Amino acid sequence: MSAVARRQLDAADMKALALGAWILGTGGGGDPYHKYLNVKRLYDDGYRVDLLDPMALADDAMVAVLSTMGAPLVGQERLVDPAVALRPVRMLEAHLGRSFDAVMSVEIGGGNGMHPMMVAALSGLPVVDADAMGRAYPEAQMTSFAVAGLTPFPLALADVRDNDVIVSRAADWKWMERISRKVCTEVGSTAATCKAPRTGREVKDHGILYTVTKAIELGRAVHLARTQHRDPVEAIVDACDGMVLFKGKVVDVERRTTEGFLRGQASLDGVDDDAGTEFRLMFQNEFSVGYKGDQPVVMTPDLICVVDSVSGDGIGTDVLRYGQRVTVLALPAPEVFLSPAGIEFVGPRAFGFDLDFESVFDTQRSGGAR
Amino acid sequence: MIAIGIDVGGTNTDAVLLDGREVVATFKTPTTADVTAGIARALEEVTLRGGDKARAAAGLTIGTTHFVNAVVQRRGLNRAAALRLCLPACASLTPFLDWPADLRAVVDGGAYLVGGGFEFDGRLVAPLDEAAVADAARAMRREGVTAVAVTGVFSALSDAQERRAAEIVREEHPDARITLSGDVGRIGLLERENATLLNASLLDLAESTAAAFDAARAASGLEAKLYITQNDGTVAPVSRAQAFPVFSFASGPTNSMRGAAFLSGLDEAAVCDVGGTTTDVGYLRRGFPREANNVISVGGVRTLFRMPDVLSIALGGGTRVVSGADGIVLGPESVGHQLTTQAQVFGGATLTCTDIAVAAGLADIGDAAGLAVEPDTVDACVRAIHARIADTVDRMKTDAREVPLIAVGGGAMLVPDAIPGISEVRRVRHHDVANAVGAAIAEVSGETDRVYRDVAREDALEDARALAQAKAVEAGAASDQVRTVEVEDFPLAYLPGNALRVRVRVVGPLASAGGLEP
Repeated sequence: MSAVARRQLDAADMKALALGAWILGTGGGGDPYHKYLNVKRLYDDGYRVDLLDPMALADDAMVAVLSTMGAPLVGQERLVDPAVALRPVRMLEAHLGRSFDAVMSVEIGGGNGMHPMMVAALSGLPVVDADAMGRAYPEAQMTSFAVAGLTPFPLALADVRDNDVIVSRAADWKWMERISRKVCTEVGSTAATCKAPRTGREVKDHGILYTVTKAIELGRAVHLARTQHRDPVEAIVDACDGMVLFKGKVVDVERRTTEGFLRGQASLDGVDDDAGTEFRLMFQNEFSVGYKGDQPVVMTPDLICVVDSVSGDGIGTDVLRYGQRVTVLALPAPEVFLSPAGIEFVGPRAFGFDLDFESVFDTQRSGGAR
Repeated sequence: MIAIGIDVGGTNTDAVLLDGREVVATFKTPTTADVTAGIARALEEVTLRGGDKARAAAGLTIGTTHFVNAVVQRRGLNRAAALRLCLPACASLTPFLDWPADLRAVVDGGAYLVGGGFEFDGRLVAPLDEAAVADAARAMRREGVTAVAVTGVFSALSDAQERRAAEIVREEHPDARITLSGDVGRIGLLERENATLLNASLLDLAESTAAAFDAARAASGLEAKLYITQNDGTVAPVSRAQAFPVFSFASGPTNSMRGAAFLSGLDEAAVCDVGGTTTDVGYLRRGFPREANNVISVGGVRTLFRMPDVLSIALGGGTRVVSGADGIVLGPESVGHQLTTQAQVFGGATLTCTDIAVAAGLADIGDAAGLAVEPDTVDACVRAIHARIADTVDRMKTDAREVPLIAVGGGAMLVPDAIPGISEVRRVRHHDVANAVGAAIAEVSGETDRVYRDVAREDALEDARALAQAKAVEAGAASDQVRTVEVEDFPLAYLPGNALRVRVRVVGPLASAGGLEP
């Protein structure tokens, strides 16, 4: 492998990744803070992580797809542990009788964007510069691999005790989600997983590529804007080819926890150019649809990011609160989710909204939005 | 009821003598490096001015920023050991990990992780490893660390393991002084543990400070019972306050808000407290400050516990004003307690917000002849100050409903008369000692937080209320005036016997000290 194809990440990259991943979490995925602290500690102890260009993967390489599964609230008390995160990787290697060549995150958004860094530091395996969501989504079948119809099994899951579970087969992605979610709840609603392994070819063809670099660059841009006293929100828009949809103040938040998900909506009153208008954000862990007045103007799979209007920090659906000054941004969805199959898996109907997907970026181009 | 309230701020120590709703005497003196000397001075003066009334006071309540300052300045802290009940979970992110190095160097008295903890649904992560707790206690004893912070996973749900661990530590290490995280903070292990450790690191200082306060009280000849104001707007007897110094971290803004409620008679309002250096904005709910529910950094440490939801900006009577090519720049520097020498109205050379207020006719302070500022600049400055305050008030609003705003503090004249979203701006008498008034009105609280099994919800709520009432009365509340301010109950799934967790908080005014009435 060439030097360019594989580069060592430094501590500043990790800090930037935590910041960028949280913004790309589109309101969910959990704050990467604890995982960042873990990685920082590993770096202090001399461990290092290499980032690998997906195109440098051999077609028959075997890649571990990793995540923490569970409720973010539980993660606030049951702190994530790199040693536990590594276990399902070793379990699948034993199950398959073969070693992994690299690891990657299932979702770049939120804490899971940082997750494979812990495993990579301990195992020495490189992290592939890719993920399968390009953001955060609440369910395991909402991935580019599922959209491509790749095999959903086997999956390994480990908790902090001596409970190791391998789901060796599942009828489809939704069954895999249901079964593994059940186990996860049983062990305390937080578990480390290693999902269906992918070949190098599969990652190159169906992964969402270069999202780790994208998150790091996003974090860097925000950090730089802050130190240079420029607008961090503008920096996000520039770094991700996004657009500002609304600037406002949170005036109402309504949340309920159903079936293990945090669902609800938030209402915003406009400020500055948006004064006198209202915006409504619907969420299921992550933001799924945004309404301007009664009109749906942005919907998944377009990324709906809500950030602090001053600091540019991502704001989670669990910490949205009255009075926050926020900017609603749209970032373009990964290409794979714009296909009919993609829309079926992660379009508005997958979240219970009877809407035909229309990208805000198309609407914008045809002059429909503001 | 007659009571004395003293608020020790960064700049001034304020004192009031209160008889029912009447402010009998007020006194302001610069805060001394030795906090107690300022208190002694204030007590002397109030006793002199209040005479028999002062001697009849049932309560003497002190609000102090002493403990939070100790953390911020890394002064007077003792070492504290962390005992975490969590294994096999939470092993990698060890206690003190995210602390600033200089603070950690002073406080870190060792970290001990042992088997234990609860799941979110009340099941066990693991049973408490009692042998490991005993080992840890012996190690602390060997190391000579006596302050111990015990933190269990999800102890906000059940503190049974933390209490058992404390028993064991006491058996093995009789000198140990223990803070339980379940008594301090909320869900969020690291942040709750941090707050618990900070509390443990302040136990020496809290003890000596409480003793010094009591000595000052005794020296003044007062027999009033001594209380310390708390973050939530109530007061605690000194015995309890010295066990929980973190609960007085934000007593400054809290006292101002309680005082504002008392002086205005308003229970639901915004409060804008303009001091010498900062402006604090918060909201009153049922007469008490609205609570924050987010992570708050104290001295660089992330914490999560009961704190008032207050937004502070660097704007006060002493804030420096610069008018130049870039327009008006307000602060952030302030002349602070040197206002009376540096401000133009006091013959100084620095243009401050107080000078602007005098120039604009908003205040009559010092000598207007010393002012060197153009009328246009005055107008522009007033607009800038008003805009800053209005924006801060708006940022703290939680809904579109209009509410009144109470302007207090020495710089209250800087608050505009009209603010969007505010129905009226209420100015009150004694606004400059609202913080001391807030301390003097001295209501004590009682709280229960427990899990009931196989008990009807109504019976559980009633029982919890009765227990909370008993605690409040024990702390000095008048038993016939205790009222419930907070009731929360939620079922714990997975636990046998229809487990219900009930949290009740009651408050009541201090009972009059009968024997002391003249």
